[in-house]
Amino acid sequence: MHLAFPLVTAALLFSAGVYGVLARRNAILVLMSVELMLNAVNLNLVAFDVHLRDRLHGGQVLTLFTIVIAAAEVGLGLAIVLLVFRNRRMIDVDRLRSLAESEPAKSEPAKSEPAEPSTAEREAVK
Amino acid sequence: MITLAALVVLLPFAGAFAGMLGGRRLPQPWVACVPVAVSTVLAAIVAIAVWRSPGERAGTLTLIQTGSLPIRVGLQVDGLSGLVGIMVCCVAVAVQVYSVAYMADDPRYPSYAAFVSLFTAAMLLVVFAGDLLLLYVGWEVMGVCSYFLIGHHWEDRANSRAAVKAFLVTRLGDVGFLFGIFVLGVAAKSFTISDVLARAGSMSHTTLTVAALLLLCGVVGKSAQFPLHTWLPDAMAGPTPISALIHAATMVAAGIYFVARVYAVFWLVPTALAVLGIVAVVSMVGSALAALAQDDLKRVLAYSTISQLAVMAAGLAVGARSAAIFHLVTHAAFKALLFLAAGCVIHATATNMLARYGGLRRTMPITFWTMSIGFAALVGVPPSSGWFSKDAVIAAAQHGALHHGYYDISGQTAAWFPVQTFQPTTLPSAPGAPSVSFEYTGTLGAAGHQLPSGVAWTIYIGLLLTVALTAAYSARAWLMTFFGEARGDARAREGPKLMTWPVMVLAVPAAILGFFGLGAPELRPELVPSLLGIVLAAAGFAGVWLVWSRDPARDPARMLGPVRPVFAKAFYMDELYALVIVRPVQALARGVARVDRVGIDAAVVGTARATRRLGGTLRIPQNGNAQSYLTALLGGVVVITALVVIFK
Repeated sequence: MHLAFPLVTAALLFSAGVYGVLARRNAILVLMSVELMLNAVNLNLVAFDVHLRDRLHGGQVLTLFTIVIAAAEVGLGLAIVLLVFRNRRMIDVDRLRSLAESEPAKSEPAKSEPAEPSTAEREAVK
Repeated sequence: MITLAALVVLLPFAGAFAGMLGGRRLPQPWVACVPVAVSTVLAAIVAIAVWRSPGERAGTLTLIQTGSLPIRVGLQVDGLSGLVGIMVCCVAVAVQVYSVAYMADDPRYPSYAAFVSLFTAAMLLVVFAGDLLLLYVGWEVMGVCSYFLIGHHWEDRANSRAAVKAFLVTRLGDVGFLFGIFVLGVAAKSFTISDVLARAGSMSHTTLTVAALLLLCGVVGKSAQFPLHTWLPDAMAGPTPISALIHAATMVAAGIYFVARVYAVFWLVPTALAVLGIVAVVSMVGSALAALAQDDLKRVLAYSTISQLAVMAAGLAVGARSAAIFHLVTHAAFKALLFLAAGCVIHATATNMLARYGGLRRTMPITFWTMSIGFAALVGVPPSSGWFSKDAVIAAAQHGALHHGYYDISGQTAAWFPVQTFQPTTLPSAPGAPSVSFEYTGTLGAAGHQLPSGVAWTIYIGLLLTVALTAAYSARAWLMTFFGEARGDARAREGPKLMTWPVMVLAVPAAILGFFGLGAPELRPELVPSLLGIVLAAAGFAGVWLVWSRDPARDPARMLGPVRPVFAKAFYMDELYALVIVRPVQALARGVARVDRVGIDAAVVGTARATRRLGGTLRIPQNGNAQSYLTALLGGVVVITALVVIFK
């Protein structure tokens, strides 16, 4: 089998994953997209392993590693999503903006620290 | 001997140190009084030892290496410093004892007493210093102590302003003083006073003139003479014992003492002595006139201090060094007495105003009699101390005036103050051997010096005029305080014993100190000047008496008519300075502040603001949406990859 087929498939899968990570709002779907990207990489690893006829099958071994890591990552990710859902009753990624600077910082940087609800919290209240 | 002198200086300093650190845990009055009292005893021992075997004794305590010119911490004891030292100690003891009662209710008594001790120590350092730089240390410590003590009641804005004024005005003179010391020290290649005096003859005339005139700046500032006198009347803001200390023993005496100490330098520069004489005449007549119209008892005494210091300066200008120092000592006695007695009056009546006194003769007999002695000495009533000393100065001035400004002092002996100076025995031909050309003698070697005849006459007439004016303002203050009807609080009583005793003790030297001058020929009263002085003083007194007796309830100064406000304002010197110096300086300061605000500060603040605004635009992408971050990341990766591929 020509090497192009798995590579193209992997590229398509990866692009779909990228699209999902960048564009989807649901956190679970984002996690699934990440899985897609990982699996695209796995496919590449396996394809090149076969193509290069590696005697030690390093590509396949690495794929197994990736799968294990992906499982752990999904477990962690789902736990975070669950906690976010418990706290906020929603899991929209683009509304989780706690990373943003809390205030546009008019003049006093010290003033914006305490007791002012962040943008995300204010939106959550809405 | 030097150890003793060092102890005299260090004891009050240690007292000040202990009092400052110990605070209220120590028995403050004892800490304040005992070190100064012990110093007095030691100073008396030093003075007696010098008196019995005259001559200069010098010693070096330590040598501070500065890299180029080592500073010698050395003391020097001779007749002059011994006499002035004991005078300083006596007045300081009287002031400390008096303050125990006078400042009893003051919450800051410990710091007050400590500063008085430090002040005394600094003055004693000036007196005993054998090195110009060491002398300058004491000189400056005095300046800062006077600042703290004048501003003792700093809660009142006027008092702290007076303190700042005293500090700044004297500092103005001190700048010149410091440079004068440098000029002398560099020219003599040594800052030791005896070395400087020994080598003064071999210096160029320009150097000496510059040095003497620069030193005069400091002297004029410290001794409150004409252009820089304005701080002294305002210094009355301090507690009254401080006025006694500043006016009698320390601070103002330092200027006169310094001229006497390095008199050989001034002696070689007739220009400087002429300047000193003119300054003295202006100061003595002007401040005597100002004293005539003051409403405040302490200000009368303050202007009289300027006037009397000018008499001493005039004595120095006409070559009567012994007479000037004699007057310094008697003045210390009677002016301390006057100020402390005035403090009793103020303590009893709770006011400084002459118009609120009157009739205190009956209720305060001790103060009346002691203050009468003080005023008698100030005026120069014959057997009192002031008569002898003032007469000696006038006699010297008269000799000069009658001899076309030539002052012949070769007849003066070293009986009282062995003058340490050089005598040119051979012409200084070889500059390398000045020590051969000059040798120490006990008398002023140079036989005389020449002032312009006009200056000599001005000094003489100024002195005589001052005698009459002194009698007039003293009579006015005396009559308005103690005679007539009681205008203020009639229940005024004598102060506590701790206040009356020092005053009574001081009355003794104020009365009889003059007789000690009989030991020296140049201090003995001469017939013509003394008679002239008595007549003029009597005239001054009689004038005021006649005006006063017409209506005892009113101020005799009313006869001055339209010039009274001019005198009361001391010829508007303060206003003139405010107009010429203070306002322009303040305007300049405001300008500088404005440039700082709109120029330098604006640049700094503007930079900060611009940076923040720039940061604001960068802040927009940071909106918290992780997906947009990732998008940007991906975009960046793509762009970088593309660039790498294209430009590989």
